[in-house]
Formats: sequence, C-alpha cells, structure tokens
Amino acid sequence: MAQFFKSLAKSRMGLIGFTLLAVLVILALLAPYLDLPNPTRGDLRARMVAPTWTGLFSPGDHPLGTDQLGRDILSRIIHGSRITLTISLFAVVLGGIIGVTLGIVAGYSGRIVDTVLMRLVDMQMAIPLVLFALLIVAALGPSLTNLIIVLALTSWTRYARIVRGQVLVLREREFILSARAAGAGPVRIMLRHILPNVMTPALVVGTLELARVIVMDAALSFLGLGVQPPTPSWGRMLSEGRVYIESAWWVVTFPGLAIALTVLAVNLLGDWLRDYFDPRLRT
Amino acid sequence: MIRYVAIKLLEALIAVWGVITIVFFVTRLLGDPVTLLLPIGATEEQMAQLRQGLGLDLPLWQQYFAFIGQVARGDFGESFVFNRPALEVILERMPATIELSLFALVLGVLFGGGAGILAALRRGTVAEMAVMTLALLGQATPVFWLGIMLILFFSVDLGWLPTGGYGTFAHLVLPGVALAVFISSSIARLLRSSMLDTMKEDYVRTANAKGLMPRTVLFWHTLRNALIPVVTMIGILIGELLGGAVVTETVFAWPGVGRVIYQAIEAKDFPVIQAGVALVAAIFVVANLLVDLLYAVLDPRTKTRRS
Repeated sequence: MAQFFKSLAKSRMGLIGFTLLAVLVILALLAPYLDLPNPTRGDLRARMVAPTWTGLFSPGDHPLGTDQLGRDILSRIIHGSRITLTISLFAVVLGGIIGVTLGIVAGYSGRIVDTVLMRLVDMQMAIPLVLFALLIVAALGPSLTNLIIVLALTSWTRYARIVRGQVLVLREREFILSARAAGAGPVRIMLRHILPNVMTPALVVGTLELARVIVMDAALSFLGLGVQPPTPSWGRMLSEGRVYIESAWWVVTFPGLAIALTVLAVNLLGDWLRDYFDPRLRT
Repeated sequence: MIRYVAIKLLEALIAVWGVITIVFFVTRLLGDPVTLLLPIGATEEQMAQLRQGLGLDLPLWQQYFAFIGQVARGDFGESFVFNRPALEVILERMPATIELSLFALVLGVLFGGGAGILAALRRGTVAEMAVMTLALLGQATPVFWLGIMLILFFSVDLGWLPTGGYGTFAHLVLPGVALAVFISSSIARLLRSSMLDTMKEDYVRTANAKGLMPRTVLFWHTLRNALIPVVTMIGILIGELLGGAVVTETVFAWPGVGRVIYQAIEAKDFPVIQAGVALVAAIFVVANLLVDLLYAVLDPRTKTRRS
C-alpha cells in the first residue's frame, strides 16, 4: 500500500487524477452537509443570474450562476455528481462481475462454451452502445436500478474479452497444471487460482470503463432517459440549458465542464493504474 | 486463406442474426404500440383490429419466425408511423450519417495519426507534451457538450456557422469537428504508445542496423506494425459513428440514422427500430470483417493464430 502511494506521488498525471477524483468524491459525499442552496427548488426572482462571486463563502452568491428556474448551478452540479457517481460505480462493478465471470468461464472451458460466449460478445459489440442502452431503458423505464443494469450490460464485454485473453495464457502455466494434477476441480481452479490473477487487469479495465460509463450516463439523461426530474442530473442540465444558449452561456457550460473534469480525473488515474500494474495491457 | 475468410463470414452472419433476434425481443418489451398509433378514445374493437392488422396478436414465437422469414428476403415490414417500408425510412437517412461519419473519421485519422506519429518520434519534447495533453483533454470531453460549446462560440458569438441542420458544407463543419476531436484524441494516444512499443522490437533495430533509410524504417517497419491496434479501434469507431452518434445528431439537428432510430424507439415503431439496428449492425460487422482481412495484410501471422 505504501509503495502504491509512493509510486502515485511520483507520477504527476496520476497524482492530478487522484486528487481531482478525491475532491469530487468528497464533495459528493458531503453535499447534504455543505449548506448549499436547494438544488431542486429555485428562487424564481433570481432566474438566469450570471455567475457572481463577491468573496469566499458569501451567502446569496451564485458562483456558477442560476438556471431558468432560479436554481443554483453549483449546488445542482454537486448534487448531480452523487447520482452520476452512484450509477457509474455500481454499473462498472456489476458489469465487471458479469464480464469477469464469463471471461474466466470462456477462457477456461472447452472450445464450444468459449465459441458461444465469444459470439455473444460479438453480437453485443455489433449494436452501438448508445442505441442499445436507449432501447433497453425505453423498454424497462428510467429508474436508478434500471440505469445501472443497462450501463452494466454495455460494459461487460470489455472485461470479458481482456479476461478471456489472460485466462488463455494462464491456463497453460505450471501452477494451474499442477493444481489440476493435484486433483483440483475446474470450479476450484477458476475461483482460487485464476480469479486472483485476473483481478488486476479487470481493475484497470474497470477504471477506463468508469470514464466511458459516466459519459454514457450523461448522454442518456441528455436524451431524457436518465434519472427523472426533480433529481438533478448533469445530462439533463445540459439539455435544458441548451435552449437558453443565446442568453445564458453558464447554464450549459458548467455541467459539461463537470462531466469533462470527472472523466479526465478517472482517465488520468486509469492510465496510471495501467502503467503501474502492467504496461503490457496497453491496447 | 479461403477457409479463414469463410469462417469469418459465417461468424459475421451469426452475429447479425443474433443482433436481429435480441432487438426483436427487446423491442417487444417496449409495450403495445397500438395505443400510440390510434387517436385517444379509440374503442377496444379498433385497437384489436389494428393489432391484428400489424400481426401483433399472434403468439411471440410466431411473430418471430414470420419476421426472420421476412428479413431473409430483405423485407423489414412497414413503418407503423410512416406507413412505408421501414428499410426505406432508414436508407433515406443513410447519406447524412455516412457523410458525417466519413468526414469526422477522415479528419480524426489525419489529425490523430499525424499527432500520434509526431508524439512518438519527438519523445520527451514540448511537442509530445502538447499533443498528449490536448489528446487527454479531447478524450475526456463529451462530444455532445463539445458540440454545444462549438455552437456557443462559432454560431452564437461569432455567427460564422449555422447552429444546426443539414445541407451545405457549413452545416457539416461543427458536428464533424466535434466528433473528430474525440476520434483524433483516441487515435493519437493509441498510435503513440503502439509506435513506442514497436520501435523497441528486434526487427526495427535490425532494419536500422542494416542501414535502411530512416523513412523506410518508419513506414515499412514501425508504422505498418503500429497501425494494427489503430485499425481495430477504427473498426469499432465505425459502428459507434453510424448508429451511436444519436446525441451529436440531436445537438446539431442532423437528420441521421441514429436520430431516426431514437425517434422510432419513442414512437414504438417496431419495424423501423428493427431495420435500423439490423442495418447498423450489419455495416459494423462488415467493417470489422474488412478490418480482420486488413490484419492479414498488415500482419501475416494473424492468419494462423488462434485467440
């Protein structure tokens, strides 16, 4: 652990990503205690107020301005980050569980199971992810749980492909052969010997997937299929603010900036993790 | 080689069939389209009649086999909303989508490729730093937000380009650039790291040692091999561009395939959804088939290698 952080501190990019992400997560966790203006109920007398900044912690200020209903944009962004981060994290973990399981099974089982699973991956990859997600959300309804499931479904193939590739190499290694010779069954070998060895690549894929899923979540809610109002969501803030682009640039600028910063932080951390664990995964 | 192509073709066919099947069943989950198609206040009898007319009263498996039979003959049925062949509705939008995708892809490959090579060859210089920083930012910026920012700057503030729509080259610039920024960032990063890996290979050292011109080594030994992962990525990007640019198309009011499928999902227009997704998937599969064959040209080892 100490070595992990020492290496992180040495990498400028990794450190920037880590710090940025830490700040975002802390803000999201502390949002209810921060004494922010109400994110869902605005002050109708203060609609479309341009960003104002009279000093640190001055009440009544709107550092990032207000929207068409007089809601404070900074507060909505911070509250929105709670939703985005929750959905994305759960989706990436769920997608990881499905993908790693199927990847191990495909790589370790015989040719028939492998072929069937890989054809399934091919099919899934042939449908553009955004369309696939749109179709399923439209079918199931845009609840928090459904969004997590849908985004996980767009994510599992990436894990499955990488993990399967690793397992194909691992299964010929001596420690696996000797475990098999010692009488360990396939389930035991997959759980005890293969799983721990694919956790690292899975973690790296997971970080890079997190960035993709955050953007996709924003895209879905931009199209109106994300979490429903009044819950603030970054994508919906963008689609609502777009209408006022000619009169209030801030409404549509800051939520997007929040998405970009979050994705940047995750990408920086993900790149560093990949190089730290295994520079060979770079494809 | 023929065997290799035959297997790949069969795999492609299975993938398309699978996509069509998945989409057929997911589409049925959208609910009954009849309520959306008839005016409010329609009687139960009218609804039943329409359902029968559309073949939606049959058991699901019967609908499925009838559908597969139709598709095999190239018929995706009539659009519920437009009352004309669903395939026609999709094909009409194809030119706009292909135009935008190709423009963005060419722009992205040119800039991204150039930047990636530059970054790899000028390792440790300011040029590399600049390219990599820009690429990182470009990759993190959601395309649809970048699109909105471009509109804000070039259309609202400067008034140079239209905010959206389709028709002239001026309409193509902003959505094309928005997509190209993401594409070129991804390609620049991937090509740079792939070039750096390739430069360490023995055959590149050998080529240099035997006194070949640096330019020859760059093009025939390094770049050719470094392009393999980039080609894979382009194959995947093609699929995402053809059907997945829904949000970009929405931002720029671009009349493309993604948007018409999205509208069909909202209207529960089953035939159009099915035709659209099937067509996009088919193009994606063919594009990736070509990518696989291109591998065989770039890297003859692929032909015999499994996994």
